[in-house]
Amino acid sequence: MAGVATLREPKAEPRAAQAGTAGRLGPKVRRNLSAHGFLIGAVLCFTFFSWYPIVREVIMSFQKAVVGGGYAWAGWTNYVRIFRDPTFWLAWRNTLEFTVLALVVGYAVPFFVALLLNELRHARGYLRVLVYLPVMLPPASALLLFAYFYNPQYGLFDDILRLVHLPTSQWVFQPGSGFISVAMVSVVIASTWMNMGGATLIYLAALQNIPGELYEAAELDGAGLWRRIRHVTIPQTRLILLMLLMLQIVATMQMFVESFVLTNGGGGVGDNTLSVVMLIYQYAFALSGASNYNSASALGVMLMLVLAVFSFGFLWATRERASQA
Amino acid sequence: MSRQLYQLAGFRKVAGVTAVVCLGLGAAACSSSSSAPSSGATGQVTVSVDCAPPAAQNPVQHKEWVEDVAIFEKANPNITIDSVYNYPCEVPATFTAMLRAGTEPDVFYSYFTDLPQVLLAGQAADITRYVNSTTVPNLGDIVSGSMKAVTAGTTIYGLPTVNYTQGLIYNRALFSQAGLNPNDPPTTWAQVETDATAIAKLGHGIEGWGDYSAGNTGGWHFSSYMDALGGSMVNGNAAPPTANFDNSDGMAILQALHTLRFTDHAMSATEGLSWGSLQQQFAAGKLGMYIAAPDDIYNVIVPTDKGNVNDIGMGPLPSLTGSPAGSLSGGNDYIFAKHDTPAQIEAGIKWIDFEDLTPGTGQFNFARMKADGLPVGFPEPELFDGAAGTQINALRAKYATVNTAYYTPFVNANEAGDGEPLDAQAVYKTLDPVMLAILTEPNANLSDLLKTAAANVNTILANSAG
Repeated sequence: MAGVATLREPKAEPRAAQAGTAGRLGPKVRRNLSAHGFLIGAVLCFTFFSWYPIVREVIMSFQKAVVGGGYAWAGWTNYVRIFRDPTFWLAWRNTLEFTVLALVVGYAVPFFVALLLNELRHARGYLRVLVYLPVMLPPASALLLFAYFYNPQYGLFDDILRLVHLPTSQWVFQPGSGFISVAMVSVVIASTWMNMGGATLIYLAALQNIPGELYEAAELDGAGLWRRIRHVTIPQTRLILLMLLMLQIVATMQMFVESFVLTNGGGGVGDNTLSVVMLIYQYAFALSGASNYNSASALGVMLMLVLAVFSFGFLWATRERASQA
Repeated sequence: MSRQLYQLAGFRKVAGVTAVVCLGLGAAACSSSSSAPSSGATGQVTVSVDCAPPAAQNPVQHKEWVEDVAIFEKANPNITIDSVYNYPCEVPATFTAMLRAGTEPDVFYSYFTDLPQVLLAGQAADITRYVNSTTVPNLGDIVSGSMKAVTAGTTIYGLPTVNYTQGLIYNRALFSQAGLNPNDPPTTWAQVETDATAIAKLGHGIEGWGDYSAGNTGGWHFSSYMDALGGSMVNGNAAPPTANFDNSDGMAILQALHTLRFTDHAMSATEGLSWGSLQQQFAAGKLGMYIAAPDDIYNVIVPTDKGNVNDIGMGPLPSLTGSPAGSLSGGNDYIFAKHDTPAQIEAGIKWIDFEDLTPGTGQFNFARMKADGLPVGFPEPELFDGAAGTQINALRAKYATVNTAYYTPFVNANEAGDGEPLDAQAVYKTLDPVMLAILTEPNANLSDLLKTAAANVNTILANSAG
């Protein structure tokens, strides 16, 4: 009864009590009702398709399948198993090799292409489309095209080498496991061609936002092309450059489709293009009777942790620099 | 008033968006769940059956399947066959995912090596009490090795439909063009080298020998070569089991293939090939020899890749002595899904018996195959011993359209079926890089390759045992 009495007491706000459910919501919530409504969709999507799978993956990495369906706890068994796998360190080494090469080639090339496009006075739109065109191709199609180019019998690249009397190569199937192997460089070339259009357009947008007066002032001060790039272009696009650097490292560390399609799912001679994500795929799917989702999950968790640590470290480092600047 | 309207509109938006999201998720959930119960109160039962041949890849076999479904449904009006069309019938990656999701058809296709994985996922139904000489009249004649592939302990989970051993498939026309005797295929690795070299010298992109090195099929072929030499991939008697190919047999195989590729130049410079590519090359008349089971001819080379059946012959697997000690043997089957009702199991067994296990019907309806222009007379599948086997062989001979003499060297070799190694696909996958290395690396260290592969296989086997 005391509760009823309490409910009857606040006579000072009769309108709020009569306004129903909506009336009880705070003004901030009411104001942003539409935004919250749309947010629900995004939150649900992330929950079901990103956060839940991540949590599930972590749980699965500590489980093992039991006969008859279902899972039992396995402690660190899956992690021990992947550490013992002879291809484990090789896959990490290859992934690092790809990332470094993709940065040297795939990070620099789009920037210079963007600079070039920005300087052009004619056919700029046409060339922009041309640069972006490979991005519109489905990755598998683009890579099959490169598999054809790389074919040692009838491929374009070996035909060119024969034409100029240079030794031919087996490209992506070229044996060799040095840190810069022909096989991995071949994968990087295909990957760069396929993906550089997006980065080029982003750089181009950043370049076009640089005020022209800065270049004019630099020119009046006698700065040549290189000094203009170094002292105007790069500082003015630093934020974009840093953001793309991080995104590209995270993306290249997850290399899969390039090596998978070019090597017919095999990982190259002596597994010299086998990446961490390809190894995850092999654990999960390619072993038929011995396929093991739990070991695949353990390796997936490891990759996620490595990338998370890198991303946090990168963001922290670049934020420090920004504040110093 | 306007504020109330605003609030109402806000609520509508929230409700609308939420409803759309919920409906979307609901639809997704519905689409991923398994099909509705298919046995009604009327006694009507629908059973979904995997591996129906699609019209695009196998138009004649598709036509025959559709005919069979109509005949079967007429004879069994309470059963509806829901055909699940796919080609190839199994892709290991999607098969594994399908098992984990529990979305397999009521009667699903699998390789002989798949049963452990199916049981681990808990996706097979125990059909032991439904399988007997009444439901499957030729049960007693099914070769024991094939029944073992669908049995764990004494529990039966499915029925075999195809079995095979491997042999040498060769192009008789290219043999003639190269001045070789097409009735005398090579039986030793030394003869393979001689013949393959002669064929490769024909030029015009023609290769003497072809082999796989990707998609687990390189290791699969290596395993068969080992069986032919009397060896085995895995020593199953050890605890835990260990790799058994780092020896003189393994070296002999790698040496023979490496010589064919880099000394004789009898193999293509394009390597990293997987299943499907050699068949296309062979059908186009660009490949002299490779090893496979006879079903490559009647399921792929002739109907899909449009090869000329009159140019094809088969011999035994190459060995060192000329008499293969054995062959990798395998096959495929239909497993019954865990979610099947008793009525679906009974209907599924009835369909498999009609389509795959009865002389004169389904896959053994040689009269119709001949009338439809499909080649008849190949020496496999040899699913049956006893009366059923005799009956099938008689029908096969009666309606033969191919020259069965072209297959005599293979049949006479009478290779013993050695089954497939423990953890077969993982072992095959580990040998793929070895095959790729010897076919792409002129200075490959064969001994090191074998040692590394053996160490890797030992790790896999120890992990499986643990």
